[in-house]
Amino acid sequence: MAILQASDVVVMAGGRRILDGVSISLKAGETIAVVGPNGAGKSTLLRVLAGELRPSKGQVLLDGGSVASLRPRLLAQRRAVLSQSITVTFPFTLAEVIAMGAGDGRGEVVDALVATAVADVDLGGFEQRIFSTLSGGEQQRGHFARVLVQMACGEARHGPGVLLLDEPTASLDLRHQLALTASAKRCAARGVAVLAIVHDLNLATLFADRIVVLQQGRVVADGPPAEVVNEELLEKVFGVRGAVGRIPEGHRPFVLPHAAEPAPMHGH
Amino acid sequence: MQLRTLAIPALCVLLLLAAVAAATVGAAGISFERLLAALGVIDGDPALLARDQLVLWSVRVPRIAMAVCVGALLAVAGTIMQGLFRNPLADPGLVGVSAGGALAAAATIVLGDRLMAHYAIKLPFELLPLAAFVGSLTATTILYRIATREGRTSIATFLLAGLAIGALAMAGVGLLVFMADDRQLRDIQFWMLGSLGGATWEKAMLMAGVAGTMLLAVPWIARSLDLLVLGEAEAFHMGVEVERLKRVAIVLVAAASGAAVAFAGVIGFVGIVVPHLLRLAIGPGHRLLLPATFLFGATLLLVADTFARTIAAPAELPIGILTALVGAPFFLVLLLRNRGMLGL
Repeated sequence: MAILQASDVVVMAGGRRILDGVSISLKAGETIAVVGPNGAGKSTLLRVLAGELRPSKGQVLLDGGSVASLRPRLLAQRRAVLSQSITVTFPFTLAEVIAMGAGDGRGEVVDALVATAVADVDLGGFEQRIFSTLSGGEQQRGHFARVLVQMACGEARHGPGVLLLDEPTASLDLRHQLALTASAKRCAARGVAVLAIVHDLNLATLFADRIVVLQQGRVVADGPPAEVVNEELLEKVFGVRGAVGRIPEGHRPFVLPHAAEPAPMHGH
Repeated sequence: MQLRTLAIPALCVLLLLAAVAAATVGAAGISFERLLAALGVIDGDPALLARDQLVLWSVRVPRIAMAVCVGALLAVAGTIMQGLFRNPLADPGLVGVSAGGALAAAATIVLGDRLMAHYAIKLPFELLPLAAFVGSLTATTILYRIATREGRTSIATFLLAGLAIGALAMAGVGLLVFMADDRQLRDIQFWMLGSLGGATWEKAMLMAGVAGTMLLAVPWIARSLDLLVLGEAEAFHMGVEVERLKRVAIVLVAAASGAAVAFAGVIGFVGIVVPHLLRLAIGPGHRLLLPATFLFGATLLLVADTFARTIAAPAELPIGILTALVGAPFFLVLLLRNRGMLGL
């Protein structure tokens, strides 16, 4: 059964349909990558799923109840969100920012959760550093650790929930891209439904059980990586002509940018 | 960590010392021994006792109480405002919130006086803080609407809009000064510069009530203000009822600065200096920062007021001049340090 389900979601902004009848469902323990060209509506979809943005039409159900009617506090216990480009203006330390994931909670239990999350994102020794003095990638890992703490607090009350990530690996080096992906997959193994917006198609195929492709506010493909990622998708959705290779083990497809080139634009 | 656990007791002691010092110095000097006698702790010379007690209870203690309340309210208003706007440069005196309150209070004096004079009723003094509250609330709300778009606050827009709102409100006060008669003029004058000269028990009690309410609200909003530092969307993701928090914060800021303005005029920079120094010492977490700003703001303004009334005795320096002399350079340093944030 689906934990989080959006049906026929329409979002209008400035007379334009940012999302145009999107339906998507997340099951417990599933990892989903949302891909698509710039301006396809990926971030808007994430905001709708998070309950942050009310769609003009359609609805989002979390555990069968409408997201719009849940109090923020209850919502926060069941789903966590990692958004992009967050600035921390006051001199909070890394440990303090990560502990914010626990909301009002504090004490030994929270300290232990923070320590685990710090180790998970490989930031041991940085706990007392002022957050804004960390590098972009370190800040991003710090925020991921905060989200892990929030998930852990929610899980203690309601069991595994939903984790929504907006380009979680955007400013990470390769080692930490893989580490974060592995960490998200460990959440899924515990029963959390994980959805991430990913720009790198290769990372998407590596990470996800399912890939959802958005184009101009619509879902144009939804399925396992092996079915979704192919030459036709590259050309029709991303406007790139190139070869998609396959790694025999697990049949995961990969895109080699060296062998790709922009295709002539059509249909605009 | 030690600094944090000791912060509140240390600040309490500091406030107590400042209060004792403020009680002993002034036009009629009262030595520490005579202070103890007047308070009934030890026996003293009966001739001096009566005079000392009169000075203390009718002049000095109400003034100390006022300074403590005004300082605490201004500092807390600044801290909450900075949390709300995620910006260490916010201060009610600087961005037109106090000016909005001053305009409403001045309008009440001049226009209200005229209306009431017709019916020969004296204006109740409680009307002033109420008017100042409404004025401050209006200014804060307009400022928030202008400076915040889609949950993000532009610091440059915020400061510039605040400047414009403050200028507009002060122009309104200027217009009222133009219309005012001599007696009203003296009443209005002190809003421009700030003074605790008009301290009475009644005013002090009313302000203590507002200060107490603020203190009660602290545990309720402190953690949410922490989470709001990451942004409105992020605070919502972590379970904060953002719209409600914003409304509560705006009302608290308006109530605190409105009450302070109504009885002490526009006193700037306390709301910037106090939280900034405390953040350096005990960190930015609001659960500790808010009660600490309360105590430290009270102490700082009490010290400033004691200077203001003794430095040029028997004349009195308007306290707003004193806080601006210290606070404005401080603000400039902060501004230069935060240049990157402002995109300058």
